[in-house]
Amino acid sequence: MTPPLLEVREVVKAYSMGSVLSRHRIRAVEGVSFTMKAERPEIFTIIGESGSGKTTLARMILNTVSPTAGTIRFRGTDLSKIWRGRDRLAFMRGVQPIFQNPFDAFNPLKQIDRYLFTTARRMAGLRTVKEIEDRADQALKKVGLSLVEIRGRFPHELSGGQLQRIAIARALISTPALIVADEPVSMIDASLRMSIVNLLRNLRDEMGVSIIYITHDLATAYYISDRIIIMRKGRVVEGGDARAVLDNPQHPYSIQLKQAVLSPDAAGSGGALLSAGLVESQAELGELT
Amino acid sequence: MAPATAAPRAPAKENGKAEATIEPVLVVSGLRAYFQTSSFGVEREVRAVDDISFHVGANEIYGLAGESSSGKTTLIKTVAGAIRPPLRVLSGSVVFDFRGRRVSVYDSDPQVMDEIRWKHLSYIMQGSMNVLNPVRRVRHSFVDFAFRHIGRKMPEFMDIVRTHLQRLHLTPAVLDAYPHQLSGGMRQRVTIALATVCRPEFIIADEPTTALDVIVQNGVLAMLRDVQREIRSSIIFVTHDMAVHANLCDRLGIMYAGRLVEEGRTADVFKAPKHPYTAHLIASLPRIGYVAARKGLEGTPPNLADPPSGCRFHPRCPLAADICRRQAPPMTWSSPGHRVACFAAATGSAQ
Amino acid sequence: MSRVLRDLFRYNREFAIGIVLLAFVLLISAASFVSPYPPNDSFVVPPDLPPSWPYILGTTSRGQDVFWLLTFAIRNTLLFGFTVALLSRILSLVIGLVAGYAGGLVDRVLMSINDTFIVIPLFPILVLFYFVMRDRMSWALLALAMSCLGWAYDARLIRSVAMSLRTREFTETSIFSGMSMRQILVEEHLPYVLPIVFSTTMNNINWSIGLEVTLSVLGFTDINTPTIGVLIYWANQHTALVAGVWWWILFPVMLVIITFVGLFLLAVSMNEYIDPRSRLSRVGG
Ligand SMILES: Nc1ncnc2c1ncn2[C@@H]1O[C@H](COP(=O)(O)OP(=O)(O)OP(=O)(O)O)[C@@H](O)[C@H]1O
Ligand SMILES: Nc1ncnc2c1ncn2[C@@H]1O[C@H](COP(=O)(O)OP(=O)(O)OP(=O)(O)O)[C@@H](O)[C@H]1O
Ligand code: SF4
Ligand SMILES: [Mg+2]
Ligand SMILES: [Mg+2]
Repeated sequence: MTPPLLEVREVVKAYSMGSVLSRHRIRAVEGVSFTMKAERPEIFTIIGESGSGKTTLARMILNTVSPTAGTIRFRGTDLSKIWRGRDRLAFMRGVQPIFQNPFDAFNPLKQIDRYLFTTARRMAGLRTVKEIEDRADQALKKVGLSLVEIRGRFPHELSGGQLQRIAIARALISTPALIVADEPVSMIDASLRMSIVNLLRNLRDEMGVSIIYITHDLATAYYISDRIIIMRKGRVVEGGDARAVLDNPQHPYSIQLKQAVLSPDAAGSGGALLSAGLVESQAELGELT
Repeated sequence: MAPATAAPRAPAKENGKAEATIEPVLVVSGLRAYFQTSSFGVEREVRAVDDISFHVGANEIYGLAGESSSGKTTLIKTVAGAIRPPLRVLSGSVVFDFRGRRVSVYDSDPQVMDEIRWKHLSYIMQGSMNVLNPVRRVRHSFVDFAFRHIGRKMPEFMDIVRTHLQRLHLTPAVLDAYPHQLSGGMRQRVTIALATVCRPEFIIADEPTTALDVIVQNGVLAMLRDVQREIRSSIIFVTHDMAVHANLCDRLGIMYAGRLVEEGRTADVFKAPKHPYTAHLIASLPRIGYVAARKGLEGTPPNLADPPSGCRFHPRCPLAADICRRQAPPMTWSSPGHRVACFAAATGSAQ
Repeated sequence: MSRVLRDLFRYNREFAIGIVLLAFVLLISAASFVSPYPPNDSFVVPPDLPPSWPYILGTTSRGQDVFWLLTFAIRNTLLFGFTVALLSRILSLVIGLVAGYAGGLVDRVLMSINDTFIVIPLFPILVLFYFVMRDRMSWALLALAMSCLGWAYDARLIRSVAMSLRTREFTETSIFSGMSMRQILVEEHLPYVLPIVFSTTMNNINWSIGLEVTLSVLGFTDINTPTIGVLIYWANQHTALVAGVWWWILFPVMLVIITFVGLFLLAVSMNEYIDPRSRLSRVGG
């Protein structure tokens, strides 16, 4: 039997924060478990409160932060046992990230094509300049850009949407099995958002890439995910089949989250919904904590 | 004028808004701002803002939407006077009127502009979670930015800051954190708090809530709205989230490829979009429950260094006619308070 | 870069004066290459002559021409300062960047070494060093010793910047692009800390020259290599001031002061110019 693609078991991450005098510990992630099967690629969505530990969980899966407790296995290998440089490269070939803030995803002092070329050389093992540039161009075409457009340009010369698409293109270059996407569409317009979400879906359906999709956008979560977990204060409050959970949320927080989604139909309401939503949410929050 | 400003008015709800357009606080006319770069002898000109005119009234929230890289950020940067090479203003003017004090952004001394920026104007930049100084605690950022302007004693100042943070669903504990110890959404809220704690008269916000969950986002928007109502200030709010526009903004401008293509009261734009791009934008809004494959806009986004002739939307427009390829459509009034730049809309066939 | 320098020269008085002073000092040290006398030969000219043609700065009691001797001395002194600055900069860069990037245990070990170097008293250590080495003491050895003592403060500064760079997303992008640690440090992080390094270099040169002069005047260095300090040392040995040979002391002291002031002005003007934050805002980062 093949081991699962990803197995997250009871992971905990605690940080200490504050000054020397008033040090306190924050438990950013508190006992989260889930498994992603190798046989069937899927889009696994994590939604939840701001500051609930989604990014921290993603970083632990990417092996850039190590858990305080619990284990994470990728294709059967315990991430905490990856020591040698060669193993690390192999791991990174299999798991690639897309980050939250496209403005910070590339060094502002450096030209952006450099990251694509380095990835093609190091991660995909290409040698000649032509191969490398072709691969970069291919990846860019998949996200609606081309090498000609971005060659030699610096991050500040590109818009947020363009930057995010380049970040996705870069992640695709090493043909990974798992992409961890931390709010990949939060800075892109609705139309492009759909095209990128569709792109993620194609990656799953056609290239067999599994995706961990972290988002605040319930609509796209509903649209592309197979499974979903909802996090609050480091814990999973609800999880399961994405459509079932979102159609009929059970936990008070999930219910509230769904109700808080703004509707475009309210155009011209003068923000009546906003304040109402807030009052309600505060009452509810008080009750939950 | 002054008496009109002082006159008491019903709390701004639907009807209070229409007259807001009578006393513009900001008038932008014929603004053109290009990125002019030359590398290795090759000149490039990115026409990110091309002949844009609009105004923002007192006590009004003006929304700005549009495709990625259509020049929204560039436009409001230019409005805020925060430009630096290679971005250059070629023509047009940006004039603020702060309670009788008129300031033309591109005809004033740098000193006057600096003063304006501190006193009246607050600009939340896109991706601004990075502006926090990484080696200083959040507390120090507040002291650096806002202490002088609030003019209270330190303990009192910190109390104001704490209360303000709480309105944004942040615990005062974030004051003792370094920026990297906060989540993306927390950092974003800290920058919003920094920009609003002094209660500026004009807030320019570029995608300030992208990293927030919907509950917190609603709280933040409500706070912005409250601050705006309290002192009857104006806001330009840029976001891709049309639902936010629908709920927050009084008027809405839609940009495409460096141009303003449609503008009107939010409800009008949503209910009866006139420009084919707007129509597409609104029709393609994602909603919970949609599962069928939905398409993005056909075709590639225009290259602003070499934009399409005539109407810049014509290569992707289902209604494109011959004239669209040859001539740029002028902005025309289609109904009171509703403008659109499209030949088809003018003849009434866009719907 | 050249445009930046031109603008600085035109609009920044401190920079312009600093550059002129340093150019003057460099010119004098360059003159050593055309000196008619080797530096260590004595009694090549009549001793104890006051400034007069052709001995414009006079001659010493050991029969050396003060002007030509000075050209060698300032050359060695400058070279010494540059060497110390260069070596200690390399040390602080490597240690600061690595500590900030690696974090954890590596960081703790490196920083405790760092703290030790920050608190140990420099002067006694250097004097002790002299008494241990005695005859084997040479110019290069002293430079090495001082480099080892001069990196600590900067390394701490660099580490704090590197630490915040480590948490930026682009560092992560670099890692997942398969860049090695060396590549990330050199190509991604170094550009951010270079401005800091530039601005501290001038101060470091000043510091090392000052220390070297002090040590030499007291005779705790290799007194056979002529430096400004060694020059003054020999003058003292011959009780030059008492004997009325004031030019033997005055001109070296003046030259070293000019050097100090020039470097100081440069440090000040460059500091405000290459403040990493203002530089970053210029490129839109
Ligand atoms: N390096 C760190 N040191 C201390 N605390 C940290 C650190 N990184 C994260 N935290 C804390 O951990 C908690 C979870 O943060 P995380 O970034 O995982 O949230 P998130 O769910 O991604 O939020 P968002 O939706 O706003 O991005 C927060 O309270 C944050 O302050
Ligand atoms: N410094 C620069 N030099 C050259 N071109 C630039 C520069 N900054 C932005 N551009 C270009 O100007 C155009 C408009 O960019 P802008 O950031 O204003 O778009 P936007 O509408 O804010 O997009 P988004 O919604 O993705 O943030 C883009 O084509 C971009 O590539
Ligand atoms: S002017 Fe023509 S091409 Fe442009 S949007 Fe209208 S119909 Fe389409
Ligand atoms: Mg996050
Ligand atoms: Mg923008």
